Amino acid sequence: MTRKDQSFFLTLLVPVILVLLLFIAAPIGQSIFLSFHRIIIGLPQLKTPFVGLDNYQQLLTDPVARHSFWITIIFVATTTFFELLIGLLLALMINQHFPGRGALRACILIPWAIPTVVAAQMWRFLLNDAYGMVNYAVFGSETSHYIPWLAQPATALVAIIIADIWKTSSFAALLILAGLQVIPEEIYQAAKVDGAVVWRRFWHITWPLIRPALLVALLFRTIDAFRVFDIAFVMTQGGPADATNVLQLYGYKKMFVEGWMGYGSTISVCIFIMVLSLAIIYVRMVGRRLLEASV
Amino acid sequence: MASLRLKGISKRFGDVVALSKVDLYVEEGEFCVLLGPSGCGKSTLLQIVAGLTPQDEGSVLVDGQPIDQLTPRDRDVAMVFQSYALYPHMTVAQNLGFGLRMRGLTKNMIEKRVLEMASLLGIQELLNRRPKELSGGQRQRVAMGRALVRRPKLFLLDEPLSNLDARLRVNVRLELKKLHEQIQGTILYVTHDQVEAMTLGDKVVVMKEGRGCQIDPPETIYERPADTFVATFIGSPAMNLFKGKFARSKGHLIFFNKNFSLNAVDVPSHLEGADVEMGIRPEDIKVTHGREKTLGAKVEMISNVGAEKYIHARIGTTSLTLRAAREAFFQAGEMISLVIDPLKLHIFQKGKRVE
Amino acid sequence: MRKFLKKLGFFICITLAAIFSLAPFLLFVSSAFKTQTQVTAIPPRWLQAGSLEFFHSAIARHGILQYLMNSIIVAGTATLVTISLGTLAGYALARLPRRLAQMILMGILACAMFPQIAIAGPIWRFMRFMGWLNTYQGLILPYVSLTLPLAVWILSLFFREMPEELESAARVDGCTRLGALMRVILPLSAPGVFTAAILSFIYAWNEFFLALLIMTDPLKQTMPVGIALFQGEHTIPWGEIAAVSFITTAPLVLMVLLFQRRIVTGLSAGAMKG
Repeated sequence: MTRKDQSFFLTLLVPVILVLLLFIAAPIGQSIFLSFHRIIIGLPQLKTPFVGLDNYQQLLTDPVARHSFWITIIFVATTTFFELLIGLLLALMINQHFPGRGALRACILIPWAIPTVVAAQMWRFLLNDAYGMVNYAVFGSETSHYIPWLAQPATALVAIIIADIWKTSSFAALLILAGLQVIPEEIYQAAKVDGAVVWRRFWHITWPLIRPALLVALLFRTIDAFRVFDIAFVMTQGGPADATNVLQLYGYKKMFVEGWMGYGSTISVCIFIMVLSLAIIYVRMVGRRLLEASV
Repeated sequence: MASLRLKGISKRFGDVVALSKVDLYVEEGEFCVLLGPSGCGKSTLLQIVAGLTPQDEGSVLVDGQPIDQLTPRDRDVAMVFQSYALYPHMTVAQNLGFGLRMRGLTKNMIEKRVLEMASLLGIQELLNRRPKELSGGQRQRVAMGRALVRRPKLFLLDEPLSNLDARLRVNVRLELKKLHEQIQGTILYVTHDQVEAMTLGDKVVVMKEGRGCQIDPPETIYERPADTFVATFIGSPAMNLFKGKFARSKGHLIFFNKNFSLNAVDVPSHLEGADVEMGIRPEDIKVTHGREKTLGAKVEMISNVGAEKYIHARIGTTSLTLRAAREAFFQAGEMISLVIDPLKLHIFQKGKRVE
Repeated sequence: MRKFLKKLGFFICITLAAIFSLAPFLLFVSSAFKTQTQVTAIPPRWLQAGSLEFFHSAIARHGILQYLMNSIIVAGTATLVTISLGTLAGYALARLPRRLAQMILMGILACAMFPQIAIAGPIWRFMRFMGWLNTYQGLILPYVSLTLPLAVWILSLFFREMPEELESAARVDGCTRLGALMRVILPLSAPGVFTAAILSFIYAWNEFFLALLIMTDPLKQTMPVGIALFQGEHTIPWGEIAAVSFITTAPLVLMVLLFQRRIVTGLSAGAMKG
């Protein structure tokens, strides 16, 4: 194409690039900048001195931060694993042809479509220690045995994990479904003729061919899981005793509840670096070819 | 109508050379066909003339003026695409009138010309339909109409018949020829179908791998192909080519290979001892029952195409194909006698024709 | 016999999947239609409808309609802006040379990967500086940037599928590149635009973090914030929360039911090069 053409197309891109620079790139840069300062919102008279790496040092020795980090890791690992597993099963199911397939698809889309805060409230309700359906389902009418899911550290973490799995498995299912649908029907037919049983067909044909889709789902899910906030905020507010104090929630509290904008920025920069490293590792592992193939 | 000249057009896509120093001159009112296998660069050449793709080197001149700096809009060319590229969201009438609207003609003018064109092409009843409601043949007409209605300097057609079924193709081909005689437009026509090229073109450009192998009227291309590629590309069944050498015998140069020998006429003396290929078209090999000097061949297979038969035979290790009348009767394994008219032989050395 | 068992097993799986997805939601939302005592009853009745008192209460005492309107304005406007900018960008990316387009697209997609908190702080400061906290534009503008990456990606895939011959024909017929874009490409871009719009709208409608930060005035808050911060006088007002949830999610569920084909295609296209 000619120079003139190319500049025409690049011009079309300018508004988008501008918006993204202004509202994403610049703020990121600012966050990094702020992380080197001590800023307390609400006390402007203290000014905002440059403190170098002080915030980072503080972060490294901060027990709450460390705890928060591990909680988040557990959350990411568990939810990602189960969501991919369940997502895979759902995708395999939807890939079959059967009457009511559209209805099933609509069913699993609903958890994806509703706001996370609604899902969070929903699980909060269902896990209620006095009249929650989950307790009823497990213990019947014996209210004395009911578990106060959200009031105990261990079960609280389980609770938000369950909530996230419920909400996001269908998204994973859709990503994997995309990979499944690319596999031509004829390959399965050839395998059937060759005498392969269902699980053989899965292992030798389906599994290798959906690996790219699985990896894309893995990438998206892990990155998203690191950013968990809504569920923890609504269901447990990070409690009890910081049991569900995931990283973004901790950062939020520090920055906007306690007003430590500098320190909060440090936390956010660390989360950002973690997510970035993950993305880079994935791209390395999976190879640029994969991302290029899907772009 | 205008003349078109291409000077030294070259184009590459990354590492791939699409066109390599192509030169061409098309006279006013001439129907020029770009013929070649897929990938030979013919469509790219068309895109360059239209201004849709810039060339890397060379110049395009219309009526002697270079138009390289002009956008497609300003070049006053019309193009018919292989897929027709009709605007799906517009009616046939709007499709036909689109180019005229862009040029700023008045509504009345546009209506008049569109109606004119529609009746010329026999698509008046279709004017209010959308492209998806039309058959392939109808769409093709609309595509042609869209180009014709603009009365441009140049017509560019990119395999416009290849999406039609066989019978329709023949009919439309004839209509195209008639149309050309009527409007006397300068046409650059791309195809891979040699029958189209031979029947439609005033001039044919046989292309291969980005360059023009031969630029001549159809008869010349057929009777005197410039190289072995052209020789075997044009004509069906393809020309027979025999590898061998010339040697002197009784004062004449005779062609021979390990299976047989042939008399030839007017062989340049420098070919003595050189490696050559001899070409003879299937229709120039005759089966004979006489006693003249003949070649003995063994029939391997017979293709019955209805109107005639093709005989695939073998002399020793050399295979060849010849044509026979449909009443002729042969059997596989049979020995037949062939005679080749030395005047119809083509001589090629290193792929190129030798006179 | 074997086939029957297989089919049965499969059918059970499907039913389980459907129950797993729908049941929790239906159970919760059905509480919106109960009476107060029914909501907290043990044993909990599954799907029992009693009254609409919660809806009345939600609308009258908790100002749900205001939340609803705010959400509609914010999400709707953001979607409109995103679609306008995103369509042009998506088209440009589909036509630029591959290498360049890929690089730019990866940069744009990277913008969707950042943790919200890294952006929220400075944006909040900026909005405070501009006096745009608790205004619609204060939320709409960041939402545009949040929904753009996905929209641009989907639209670029869509435009890539569109044959270039249409534009070529338009250009030969006398359009400039811009003219071809306006007269031929855009009229035909409805399917892709629609998909991108639905996905953007859902994303903006459900967003919580930034909404929480920027809108502290209840009069300006969006639905997710309203739902998350729901306060009762003594106990958690589950009935009202359920009612509000129902109102919030009803349009989304409707959208899903009507457009599930499109949504699935759009999301899948993102995963596997459409």
